[in-house]
Amino acid sequence: MIKDYFVFSIRNLRNRGLRSWLTMIGIIIGIAAVVSLIGIGQGLKVAISSQFGDIGTDKLAVMASGGMGPPGTGVVTPLTKDNVDKIEQVNGVKNAVGRLTRSGKLEYNDNVAFGMAASMAEGEDRKLIEEALNLEAGEGRLLRDGDSKKTVLGSNLGEENAGFGKQIVVGSKVFIQDEAFEVIGFLEKQGSFLVDNIVLVEEDDLREILDIPDDEYDIIAVQVSPNADMKAVQENIEKVMRKERGVKKGEEDFTVQTPQAILAQVNSTLFAVQLFVYIIAAISIIVGGIGIMNTMFTSVLERTKEIGIMKSIGATNNTIFSLFFIESGLIGSIGGIIGAVIGISVAMGLAFVGRMVLGSDLIQADISVWLVFGSIFGSFLLGSIFGVIPAINASKLNPVDALRHTK
Amino acid sequence: MTETIIKLEDVWKIYKMGEVEVPALRGLDLKIKRGEFVAVQGASGSGKSTALNAIGCLDVPTKGKVFLEGRDISKLPESELAQIRGKKIGFIFQQFNLINTLTALENVTLPMIFQNIPSEERMKKAKELLEMVELGDRMDHKPTELSGGQQQRVAIARSLSNVPEVILADEPTGNLDSKTGETVIKFLGRLHKEKKTTIIMVTHDAGLAHHAQRIEFLKDGAIIKSKKRK
Ligand SMILES: Nc1ncnc2c1ncn2[C@@H]1O[C@H](COP(=O)(O)OP(=O)(O)OP(=O)(O)O)[C@@H](O)[C@H]1O
Ligand SMILES: [Mg+2]
Repeated sequence: MIKDYFVFSIRNLRNRGLRSWLTMIGIIIGIAAVVSLIGIGQGLKVAISSQFGDIGTDKLAVMASGGMGPPGTGVVTPLTKDNVDKIEQVNGVKNAVGRLTRSGKLEYNDNVAFGMAASMAEGEDRKLIEEALNLEAGEGRLLRDGDSKKTVLGSNLGEENAGFGKQIVVGSKVFIQDEAFEVIGFLEKQGSFLVDNIVLVEEDDLREILDIPDDEYDIIAVQVSPNADMKAVQENIEKVMRKERGVKKGEEDFTVQTPQAILAQVNSTLFAVQLFVYIIAAISIIVGGIGIMNTMFTSVLERTKEIGIMKSIGATNNTIFSLFFIESGLIGSIGGIIGAVIGISVAMGLAFVGRMVLGSDLIQADISVWLVFGSIFGSFLLGSIFGVIPAINASKLNPVDALRHTK
Repeated sequence: MTETIIKLEDVWKIYKMGEVEVPALRGLDLKIKRGEFVAVQGASGSGKSTALNAIGCLDVPTKGKVFLEGRDISKLPESELAQIRGKKIGFIFQQFNLINTLTALENVTLPMIFQNIPSEERMKKAKELLEMVELGDRMDHKPTELSGGQQQRVAIARSLSNVPEVILADEPTGNLDSKTGETVIKFLGRLHKEKKTTIIMVTHDAGLAHHAQRIEFLKDGAIIKSKKRK
């Protein structure tokens, strides 16, 4: 019987053609906005936080800035070896190490993946990076001095279904930017997207395979002396760097920040954007719901006579209620499905554009099954909820009065 | 001898129009036996439709009792009235009252859907009924693609789908020309003869009323005269 009601409802929606579609627009826009935003936002968050997030509390990071986008994208004046030396002499700085992080191509078993390749420094400096990134060997060992053409990979890359068709193990031979490397270890899993997918090689190797000038650095990791004041050290470094790079205060082409501050800033920007779109989405969903309600009220009015007829041939109030309730639920669900499809496409499209523009392979749409089914179920609920009152109105009609209705 | 299927006892229906009270039925008494074909005749506004609606459980009287197969239905809740309408009553209206978005076949199956009849069974039944009213070749037509007489025959088929105890026809030929009207009445007559269905037909046409076994004359909401045919 419920099946017949569905058939009946679908028939009615089809009969109303364009008007049914127009009713769905609000829901479609709202759900599309929510799905695409959550999808891309989640992906962005993972990408950004993994890129800046894991540096430890007694450390500062100096990055080139001025353009848009994460380091390594070539839109900024890079940091130099000279910068590293000058920072090392700043009061309160215990140690400063230049790092490189670039997107690169990892090939194994004829399958290619893109990820972040990061450099390891020589000697004493190695420890600073290991500490800053919390690096520990899960399998095999970490890089040591003299480990030329050897690499340590993030834990994800060593998984069975990492996408290479064949599991990479310690001792495997992989190609990084078409250059052969031996895998000597995997990192302990950290739950950070970047570290778990990272490709670690010696700094000289990275310069060679990616053609990076000897003088250039992406990030300078700074270890602050135990008793020094973070804030003061940060300001001192800024002063030195301004002089070094010849820029005025307020026009810096670099930033000195604690990792937490970077993350907080990124998160708050992302949050503001998300909040804005959520508000728009919420408004359009509510407007969509009211649209459904309005359509259903009109529908009840237009079909008053039909309701009378159905009651005269044995339809109970419950039957009439179900018919209209299912119909509004259907409008919601169909709108939700279309919205979700559009949302997924938009998220993937934006991620694609993001990858093209920023040249970073980290920006991925992250769309979960829950997000998709949740939003479709949500829009079904929305349609149903806004359809309740019109459906009750329909069911309560007096059969004789309804039959007397002219249309 | 034969059992009384419908009995109206002092039935009143008073419509309230603001301050004014319009009595449509004023102490109507009526008895109908199982298998009878009764015509109700009367001027416009005499209360014919109101009486029929009370019998058909579409409306409840203001006062008085309506018995269907010995059970007082005048104070039942809407949910039970709907069940009775679906199972025991078959309505035929002046304006046909088919659902325009559904085909003839679907219109005939609809009452069976409301009674949870399985899909195969109701399709078979609906086809039989449409063939009976000689519309076997029009099953997939929408009401708007059918003539008035054809529409009313679909309505007759629909009214029979749940094998009702009583057929209530309110001016079934009112929207048809006299020739088409005759064929529609012919089907009702056949129904009465072959299936022994109880039929109550409202009409103001004396000529049509003579198809019935008995004619009840209604005036100002009460029976004023009763005439039996042999
Ligand atoms: N819903 C209503 N509200 C107010 N008055 C009504 C209503 N329905 C019927 N009436 C009144 O009740 C009286 C009887 O109406 P009813 O429809 O039963 O007449 P009828 O005999 O069927 O007339 P007709 O031959 O024109 O169909 C009329 O005076 C009518 O105005
Ligand atoms: Mg009438």
